[in-house]
Amino acid sequence: MSEIMGNPQLDTVPKLLARNAKTYGDSPAYREKEFGIWQSWTWAQTAQEVHALALGFLTLGVKQGDHIAIVGRNRPHFYWSMLAAQSVGAIPVPLYKDAVADEMAFVLDHCSARLVVAEDQEQVDKMIDVKDQLPNLANIVFLDPRGMRKYEREALFDFTDVQAAGLAKAGELQGELDARLAAPNYDDTCVMLYTSGTTGRPKGVVLSNRNIIETGKNTSEFDNLKHTDSVLAYLPMAWVGDFIFSIAQAYWSGFCVACPESESTMQDDLRELGPSYFFAPPRYFEGVLTTVQIRMEDAGKFKQRMFKWGMNVAKNVGPNLLDGKSVGFGDRIKYQLAKLFVTGPLKNTLGLSCVRLGYTAGEAIGPEIFDFYRSLGINLKQLYGQTEASVFITQQPDGQVRADTVGIPSPGVELKISDTGEVFYRSSGTFVKYHKNPESTADTKDAQGWVATGDAGFIEKDSGHLRIIDRAKDVGKMKDGSMFAPKFVENKLKFFANILECVVFGNGREICTAFINIDLTAVGNWAERNNIAYSSYQELAAHPEVYKMIQSHVEEVNASVAQDEMLSGCQIHRFLILHKELDADDGELTRTQKVRRNIIAEKYDDLLIALFDGSSEISTKTEVTYEDGRKGSISATLEIRDAKIFERAKVAA
Amino acid sequence: MNAIDSYLTPDGRTIGAPVMEMKNITLRFGGVVAIKDISFDIREGEIRAIIGPNGAGKSSMLNVMNGFYHPQEGEVHFRGEKRGPMRPHQIAHQGIARTFQNIALFKGMSTLDNIMTGRLTHMKTGMLSQIKWWGAAQREETANRELVEKIIDFLEIQTIRKTPVGRLPYGLQKRVELGRALAAEPKLLLLDEPMAGMNVEEKEDMSRFILDVNDEFGTTIALIEHDMGVVMDIADRVVVMDYGKKIGDGTPEEVRTNQDVIDAYLGVAHD
Repeated sequence: MSEIMGNPQLDTVPKLLARNAKTYGDSPAYREKEFGIWQSWTWAQTAQEVHALALGFLTLGVKQGDHIAIVGRNRPHFYWSMLAAQSVGAIPVPLYKDAVADEMAFVLDHCSARLVVAEDQEQVDKMIDVKDQLPNLANIVFLDPRGMRKYEREALFDFTDVQAAGLAKAGELQGELDARLAAPNYDDTCVMLYTSGTTGRPKGVVLSNRNIIETGKNTSEFDNLKHTDSVLAYLPMAWVGDFIFSIAQAYWSGFCVACPESESTMQDDLRELGPSYFFAPPRYFEGVLTTVQIRMEDAGKFKQRMFKWGMNVAKNVGPNLLDGKSVGFGDRIKYQLAKLFVTGPLKNTLGLSCVRLGYTAGEAIGPEIFDFYRSLGINLKQLYGQTEASVFITQQPDGQVRADTVGIPSPGVELKISDTGEVFYRSSGTFVKYHKNPESTADTKDAQGWVATGDAGFIEKDSGHLRIIDRAKDVGKMKDGSMFAPKFVENKLKFFANILECVVFGNGREICTAFINIDLTAVGNWAERNNIAYSSYQELAAHPEVYKMIQSHVEEVNASVAQDEMLSGCQIHRFLILHKELDADDGELTRTQKVRRNIIAEKYDDLLIALFDGSSEISTKTEVTYEDGRKGSISATLEIRDAKIFERAKVAA
Repeated sequence: MNAIDSYLTPDGRTIGAPVMEMKNITLRFGGVVAIKDISFDIREGEIRAIIGPNGAGKSSMLNVMNGFYHPQEGEVHFRGEKRGPMRPHQIAHQGIARTFQNIALFKGMSTLDNIMTGRLTHMKTGMLSQIKWWGAAQREETANRELVEKIIDFLEIQTIRKTPVGRLPYGLQKRVELGRALAAEPKLLLLDEPMAGMNVEEKEDMSRFILDVNDEFGTTIALIEHDMGVVMDIADRVVVMDYGKKIGDGTPEEVRTNQDVIDAYLGVAHD
């Protein structure tokens, strides 16, 4: 820390950019696939683009302390917009681009955004829809002019025009820009990020330059990130993780951030690019593994056997090699053969050949899934974090990677567990405050700077690793007084490829019950192979054979839950398969795809009642929201099934 | 009405002089009269629709326009010149591209290759130079590929760039076909039922692409369509045909209130 404090040149992100433009001038800073080829920008070019845009913002009258919202998919231009905003002393606020107009209106109003940098017509239309409610919103800058030829151009500007206008006035504005670049200190706001909010309205988390730069520095050193590394930025820009990986760490280490051509080409782009640093939520790794399994089931006998053999060898040897344990000569030879014929080509197909460092976080990852990637020789690790901590709370060091823990405290982080079992932390990355919300700030952060994570967990005695049990507020008691931890059971269920999502209920009740969402890809393929005809998601979800399969999964989970001393009461007695996928557009999931338990319980209260009152089927009607905001409804009759319950494990005397 | 040189659309685009003029066209197959004495024009920069009930002669009309059929009577003027019988490649060279009602793509080739074939009329290098590859042929390929990539970006089909067209769903194949027609940089683009067999969402997408093509590239478009709603939304002027005759011609508003058109579509009691 003293290194930075003593070095006034590196206390804001724009200053890091200036350093990179000098030190790594010719190295790539950004890549983006456009028109079928990878375009790239060096650090020096990036500095020029940002400079022009910052001047452009000045011509639009942006003042210090203004908020500038950014709405679009990951593109270099939006990262430059954030840098340009910081350069003129404004605060960038990236938003979730698939949020509907009303959600955006709330956030834009809450931060009184003055300027919006939007991707295309779709986003601009949303802004125009809600502009009347937003007196502070003065200008909209857009990137893709397509389809907007006939729009009123009064408050609407093309990104490149803004840059050109800035450059044209460079002479008179340069002095102002220099002053604004020099003005901020280490504790001024760097960025504001809205939490997706599992409950209630999103909160604006204010992160200072100190938070961002210290985090970038500490974690880059922890994993030895260098300017030769590269990362694919494909996760929402509004999410704190993307800001930390693609800005904090990238600017501190000087590595290259690549943006995919479009959301749907991400997998192909990943494969072409072969980044060395990769982050993905467990959902992604599960999805990819499911696809691999499906494709292998469709492959010929010979290929299947080869795959099986290769994966077996890899499973036995791969993790040991990664952890630096001793491995016999014969095993090494076999591993090389497996690598040549199976795991190497597979890694290449998945775009993970060059990954030197991989992280997953956000949810628990299934041990089988985790081991699969580790045995391919991918150094996949887990971390635990949240927006309020600038992501990092704990992470796993090389050589101490396990599926069931989230690692040791990150550098500069202190941990404590409260009497109630809740995890608290204090670190240099700890957020400043919630924007315009002192009550919530006080609730979350105490005077000494300890922040409540809201997660229940404990620190393992031998290893010092943190283990997370569940959200603290979700942990409850069953009627007989035994502990109820829904996430624990849900995660076990979700480890099955056929189950995409599930919600377990049982707080204060005698038994546990569950809503289950099937995974259309996996179950659809299974149906095809078993000659099960279906015409819609709803029909497939209600199919008796599907119920039978899901029931076997539920019972398997019950058997495993029964082994746990504390949580054996959480076995699922009754369940149903939902007729629609839980969706963020309906408010059932957050934009980061986490289930919003209370909202689901409220919305489907008729189903919930039926689960607990013993009926065997229930008719229901559900409102759904389409992507354009229109609403419709679907009705269905759902079957409710009982699952087998296992004996509690004997408590050792 | 041919006296006016140009007119202004309600949304503020200027429509120029006629690109194609059909003068008193009559087309017969043996004793069957498919088109009977029809005249109309298509102007620079406009979206011109031809509508009519089944068997009205719309597709025949399109085939006359692109030179595939030669009318027994009447004249077709394209860009001021009277047109005689032509071979398909001559038509393409004149600057007319079209899509087909029943998609006519190379099913085994990728999206990219299919759209590249649209560039063929613009390739100048000969076979020898193409075999040799270096130099002119390579430069030409690069330039063509650049244009094709812009079209891929425009039509938002990056994901299927390398997918064989036969594996694509119907709506996307239609889009690829539009891409191939665009690759020829046509002066006049003919679309034969671009929305046929599509669901509402695909129709909305396609309408947007047609409007954007017209708007961004300034391409003159003539389209045949069944779906009245779509036509009324996107066309500047509409020709209505019934039993081979022209029964209406004008803006969507004029056509919508034309009694003959209403009768043709809703049926009328013959007494």
